Amino acid sequence: MPIPAHQKYHHQKKNLWAGILFGLGFVAFIDETIFHQLLHWHKFYDRSTTSIGLISDGLFHAFSWFATVGGLYLVADLMRRHAFWHKMFWGGKLLGGGGFQLFDGTIQHKLMRIHQIRYNVDILPYDLIWNITAVIMIIAGLLLIRSAKKDNIGVSGGETLAS
Amino acid sequence: MHHEQQFLPPALQVLIVLFALSGAAGYFTLMLRTNRVRRLKHWPAWRWILWLSGTVMAALVIAGPFAEAAHHDFRLHMAGHLLLGMLAPLLIALSAPVTLLLRALPVTAARRVTKMLRHPVARFYRNPITASVLNIGGLWLLYATPLFQLMHQHLWLYLLIHLHVFAAGYLFTISMIYIDPAPHPSSHLFRTLVFIFALAAHGILSKIIYAEPLPGFPPDEVREGAMLMYYGGDLVDLVIIILLFRSWYRATAPRHLYQKIESS
Repeated sequence: MPIPAHQKYHHQKKNLWAGILFGLGFVAFIDETIFHQLLHWHKFYDRSTTSIGLISDGLFHAFSWFATVGGLYLVADLMRRHAFWHKMFWGGKLLGGGGFQLFDGTIQHKLMRIHQIRYNVDILPYDLIWNITAVIMIIAGLLLIRSAKKDNIGVSGGETLAS
Repeated sequence: MHHEQQFLPPALQVLIVLFALSGAAGYFTLMLRTNRVRRLKHWPAWRWILWLSGTVMAALVIAGPFAEAAHHDFRLHMAGHLLLGMLAPLLIALSAPVTLLLRALPVTAARRVTKMLRHPVARFYRNPITASVLNIGGLWLLYATPLFQLMHQHLWLYLLIHLHVFAAGYLFTISMIYIDPAPHPSSHLFRTLVFIFALAAHGILSKIIYAEPLPGFPPDEVREGAMLMYYGGDLVDLVIIILLFRSWYRATAPRHLYQKIESS
C-alpha cells in the first residue's frame, strides 16, 4: 500500500501533544535525576511545604511518568503511520517542558514551597536562571509551532485538517 | 519493636511456604498437561518462572527470616511491602494463571469460571477505582492510623493485613493491565486517569510518612523506608505504565499494519 504524501499534516494535534507530553515528562525526569539525585540540591521533603503543594507535587510527579511513556508511544504511533513531524514535535516539547519548568519554578517552589532549588545560598540568581530558561523555552516552542503551522498551510493550501 | 521470641509460630511459617510451593507445583503440572494437547498453543516455561518467583516472593515476605527481620527494621518492612504488594502481584499477573486454568479445565468447568469472572461482584472489584481505593486506601489506613502499631501486637491482624496488601496489589495490577481474560474492560484513557491518582496518592503517602515518622522505629530509618516506598513504587508502576501503553499501541494499530502482521 503506497504511503500518502504529507501524512504528518493529518496528525498535527497528535504531533503537538506527543511533544508537549514528552517535554513535560523529560523536564520532570531531568529535575529528578540531576537536582534530586546527582546534585542533591532539591530536598525530598521540605518542612515548609503546604498541603496543596504536597498534593500538587504528587500529582505532577505521577503524571510525569505517564507523560513520558505516553509521549514516546505517541511518537511510535506516528512513526508507524509515517506521520512524525519533527518541527511540530519539538515545538510541543519546548512548550511542554518550559511550561512545566515555569510552573515548578514559580507556583510549586515559591507559592507552595515544596522545596527550593538549592539551600544555604542566595536563591535569587538560581530562581532567575530557572524561570528565564523556562520562558525562553516556551517562546521558542511557540515560534516553532507557528512556523510548523505555516509550513502546513503552504503545502495544503490552508484547508483545515483533522488531527 | 522488641520481640524476644519469633513473631510467627514456626509451624505457620512452614505452612505458608509449603502453600506457595504447592501452588508452583500445581501451575507446573497444568502447564505440562496442557502442553501435551496438540490443538493448544505451547505454554512457555517462562510464565511458570514468573508464577514461581511471584508466589515464593510473597510467601517469603510474610514468613521466614526476612519477615522476622522486617519486624525490627522499617526499611526491610517497606522493602517487603514493595515486594508483596507490587512486584509479586505483577509477576503473578504476567504469568496468566487464569488463562492456564481455563486451558486445563474441561469445557463445562471452564464456562463456570468465565461466568464467575463476568459476575457483577467480580466486575465491581475489577473496576480500576475500586481496586485503587482498596490498594492505596488500605495503605493509608495502615500508615496513617494506629493500625500499624496494632499489627505488630496481634498475629491475626498481621496475617490479615499482609494478605490484604497482596490481594489488593494483585487486584490493582489486573485492573490496569489485562494479561488474563478481562470481561467488561475499561478504556485505556480511564485506566490511565485512575492510575495517575493512585500513583500520586502512593507518592503523597510516602512523603507524609517521611514528614511524620512512625512511633516505635528510629526516625532516620523511617525516612529511608519512606523514600524506598516512593522510588520503589515508581519503578514497579513504571513497568505497569509501559505495559498499559503498549496494549494501547497494539489496539490502535492502523489497518494496513494489521494486514502486514497477519500475512507474515
